Amino acid sequence: MSDGLTATAAASRGGPGDRRRLAMSRARAWRERGIRGVLFACGAVSILTTVGIVTVLIWESIGFFAEVSPWEFLTGTTWTPQFIPRHFGVLPLVAGSALVAVGASLVALPVGLASAIYLAEYAPDRARKILKPVLEVLAGIPTVVYGYFALTFITPIIREIVPRTGVFNAASASIVVGIMIIPMVASLSEDALYAVPRHLREASYGLGATKFETVTRVVVPAALSGIVASFILAISRAIGETMAVTLAAGATPKMTLNPFESIQTMTAYIVQVSLGDTPFGTIEYRTIFAVGLLLFSITLAMNILSRVVLRRYREVYE
Amino acid sequence: MAPSIRLPVVFPLLAWLAGCGGGGSEAEVAGRVHIDGSSTVYPITEAIVEEFQAAHASIRVAVGVSGTGGGFKKFCIGEAEVADASRGIKASELERCRANGVDPLEFPIALDGLSVMVNPANDWADCLTVEELRRIWEPGSAITSWSQVRDGWPDEELVLYGPGIDSGSFDYFTETVVGQEDASRADYMASEDDNVLVHGVSGDRGSLGYFGHAYYVEHKDVLKLLAIDDGAGCVLPDSQSVRTGAYRPLTRPLFVYVDRLALERAEVVRFMRYYFTNVCRLASEVGYVPLPAGQYEAALNAIE
Amino acid sequence: MSGAVDLRSGAVEFDVRLGRRKLKGEIFLWVCFAATAVAVVLLAILLVDIMRQGLGRLSVDFLSNFPSRFPERAGIKSALFGTIWVVAFTGLFSFPLGVGTAIYLEEYAPKNWLTNVIQTNIANLAGVPSIVYGVLGLAVFVRAMSLGRSVVAGAATLALLILPIVIISSQEAIKAVPPSIREAGLGVGATKWQTLQGLVLPIAFPGILTGMILALSRAIGETAPLIMIGALTFIAFTPNTPLDEFTVLPIQIFNWAARPQAGFHELAAAGIIVLLVALLSMNALAIILRNRMRKQV
Repeated sequence: MSDGLTATAAASRGGPGDRRRLAMSRARAWRERGIRGVLFACGAVSILTTVGIVTVLIWESIGFFAEVSPWEFLTGTTWTPQFIPRHFGVLPLVAGSALVAVGASLVALPVGLASAIYLAEYAPDRARKILKPVLEVLAGIPTVVYGYFALTFITPIIREIVPRTGVFNAASASIVVGIMIIPMVASLSEDALYAVPRHLREASYGLGATKFETVTRVVVPAALSGIVASFILAISRAIGETMAVTLAAGATPKMTLNPFESIQTMTAYIVQVSLGDTPFGTIEYRTIFAVGLLLFSITLAMNILSRVVLRRYREVYE
Repeated sequence: MAPSIRLPVVFPLLAWLAGCGGGGSEAEVAGRVHIDGSSTVYPITEAIVEEFQAAHASIRVAVGVSGTGGGFKKFCIGEAEVADASRGIKASELERCRANGVDPLEFPIALDGLSVMVNPANDWADCLTVEELRRIWEPGSAITSWSQVRDGWPDEELVLYGPGIDSGSFDYFTETVVGQEDASRADYMASEDDNVLVHGVSGDRGSLGYFGHAYYVEHKDVLKLLAIDDGAGCVLPDSQSVRTGAYRPLTRPLFVYVDRLALERAEVVRFMRYYFTNVCRLASEVGYVPLPAGQYEAALNAIE
Repeated sequence: MSGAVDLRSGAVEFDVRLGRRKLKGEIFLWVCFAATAVAVVLLAILLVDIMRQGLGRLSVDFLSNFPSRFPERAGIKSALFGTIWVVAFTGLFSFPLGVGTAIYLEEYAPKNWLTNVIQTNIANLAGVPSIVYGVLGLAVFVRAMSLGRSVVAGAATLALLILPIVIISSQEAIKAVPPSIREAGLGVGATKWQTLQGLVLPIAFPGILTGMILALSRAIGETAPLIMIGALTFIAFTPNTPLDEFTVLPIQIFNWAARPQAGFHELAAAGIIVLLVALLSMNALAIILRNRMRKQV
C-alpha cells in the first residue's frame, strides 16, 4: 500500500528519480495485468466445465448413435440394452423419471406454495425465525438419507395402505423426492411473493378487500412468474434426483402409469450400469452417455425455461 | 467350450473330502491389491479381506462387486490383480487378457449350489422342474402368473428377480437351464447386487429369484428355498447334495483368477497365500461347499 | 363483490358479507399454516425414525471399526476418513477457482456479452444433476487423466459440482461491499488489486467463508458422482495419499441401506446420524462465523 502511495506521489512531482519510479509503476502495471489474467482463467474454468460436460456427452453419444438410430432411441418403448435381443428405446426410462417427478410435484408444489404464502404473508416474526431454519435443514439433508427413509419407512406404510404395492415402487420415491424439493419451492416462491411491492397490497386493502382476497387475487397473481419459475426448477431437480430412486424405485424399465410398481428412472439406470462397470467402447458403456445427454438436455431446457418465464412474464412495477 | 475346468461333472467327483490347512510365516510387506468380480464369490472374498486387513494393515485390499464379466474386464486391463468369478473365463476374455499382457491363473475355490428362491409366504411351490424353470426364464417368455407355470397353482403375479448380464450366475444359469448362454427374458429386475435381489424376493408374495447359495444362508428367515427336479426327483441344495453333485444342474465351481505377473509382487503373494489358507474355513462359514484340502495345497504351491 | 343496482333510484345495494369472507380467510390461513407445519412434522418424523434405528449402534467402536460382514463389528472408520480427505481436497480445489472467478466477474469483467455468457453458464451449471458431473468425472479425471478411482479424482469432480455455489455466494459477498470502500482505496492511489486485497476482500471474507462452508456441506452429502467415480464396495483402510482409493459416508450408508438385514439398516441409520451431525456442525459453524466476523462498515 505504501509503495503505491509513494510511487504515485513521487511520479507526479517529476525529477531525477523519475525513471526508477516509472519502472516501479510499470512493474505494478504488469502485476495488475498478471493478476487479472489469473482471475480471468478462473472464470474460464466454469466455461471449460460446461464445454467438458457437453463434449464428453456428445462425443460418446456420437459413437452410440452410429449404431442406434436417434429415432429408435427417442421413440422406442423397450429398453433392454444389456439383454439379447437389444432394444434401445429410452421412453421407459423417461416415463419412469416423469412418473416420479409428477408424484413429487403433487406433494411439493401445493405444500411449498402454501408454506411460502404463510411465511411471506401471515407468519409472525417468531414463527418465521423457527420455520425458515427448519426448511433450510430439510433442504440440506443428503439425498441418500431420503432414499433410506423411503426404503425403510415410507414403503412399509404404503404397503399397509395399498397391499399390492411392490417392495420397490415409484410412489415411495416420489413422496420422498417431493419432501426434498418442498424447501426449494417454498423459498423461491417466498422470494417472489416478497418482491411484490407493498403499495399493491395497500391498494387492495384500500378497496376493502380482506387479507385472503388480497393474497389470492392480487399478490399471488403478481408473483406468478416467480412462482411458476420455482415450480419448473423444482420439477427439474426432481428429474435429476438419483439416490432416492436408486434405493427405492427399482430397476425395471417399463412404461407404466401405476406408481405402485417398480420402475427405473434415467438417473437410476446410469448408476446401475456404472455399478456393473462396463468398460470402454462397448455399446452398453455408451448408453451411459446417451442417457446422460438426454437427462442433461431436459434439465437444462427446464432451467432455461424457468428463467425465461421469470423474466418475460414478470410484472413490472414503476 | 472355454479352456477352463468348469465342468459341473468333474468337480463333484473330485470333491470327496473337505479338509482345511493352515500356517504361514509373516514379515512386513506393503502394497495394494485390487479385487473385483462376482457378487456370488463376494461373501467369501469379503470375509477373507476383512480378516486379512485386520492382520496386515500395510497391504491395502480394495474389493469391488462389478459382476463376473465386469471383474474380468477390469482384470484384463490390469486394473485388478484378482478376479472373482462364478463361471470359467471365456475364450474372448482370455484373448483380451493376453492381448493386454495379463496372464490369468485359474484357481477353483469352492462349490456353489446356485439356488432358486421364493417368498416365504409362497405355500404352493416346493419344487420346480428344470423344464418349468426354462419356460419361466427363456427369452420372450410370456409367463406372468404362477398359474401358468403349473396347473393347480394360484393366479399370483410372478415377479422375477435375478442377476444382471455382467454376472457369472447369469451366464451359468442361462446356459444350463435355458440352454443358451445369455439367453433370458428381459422383463425382470436385474441387479449385480444380490442384496437387492434378496430384498426383492423377500418383499413380494409371488416373487422368484436365483442367486448364490450364500445369500440364502445369510437370509434364511426371509427366503424360501426351492428344490430342483432334473428328472431324478426334487433335490434341495445343501452341502451334501452339492458336494456329491446330486443338486443338478445348478452345482458349479467358483473361481478366483490371478494375474501371473501380479504374483511377482510380494503383497499379492502374501494375500493369495492367506486366501488359500483360509478359504476352506470361510467358504463353509458363508454357505458354500469347500473343496478337498489337496486343491488348496496345490494352489498354494502354484503361487510360490 | 355483489351489488344490485336499483336503476330507478341509483342506489347500490352493497352486501358486504364480511363475516363469510373473513371466515374464508381464517380457513386459508390455517391451510397455509398446516402446509408449513407438514414440512416441520415430516422433518421431525424423519429425524425421530433415524434416531430410533441408529442410536443403538452409535459407539466409539462404530467410529473406529472398519466395515464388516457382521453388523455387530462393522464401523465407519474408512468412510469417515475418506470423507475428510475428499472434502479437504474439494475445498482446496474449489476455493481458489471459485473465489477467483467471483472476483473476476465482480471487479474486472467488462459488461459485455462474454461476461453475460459466463454468468448464465454458471447459473445453468448450478442446475445440472449431480450424476452428470459424475459422468464427466469418470470420463475426464478417472479415464482421460488416468487418476484412477482416487481421492483426487473424486475431489476434482465434487469441486466442479460445487463451483457454481462458491462462485455465486462469493459474488454476493463481494457485491455487498459498499462502492465507497473501493473508491476510497483508488482515491489514495492504490491499484485495483491493492484495493481488493487490502480493503474489499477482508470485508467480504466472512461472506465468502460462509458460502464456502455451505458449499462443502453440500459436497459432504453427495453420493451419485462418487459412485460413478468408483465406489469400491469394501474398503477396510484409510487413505494415505491422495491417489488412494476411498469410500465416503454417503456411499457406506447407501451400501448398508441396500442390504436386506435389519442390522445393516440400523448401521445405515447410525451412519446417517454421524453425517447429519457433521452437516449441522458445519452449518452452525458458518452461521457463527458470519455473525462473529461481520465488520461494521
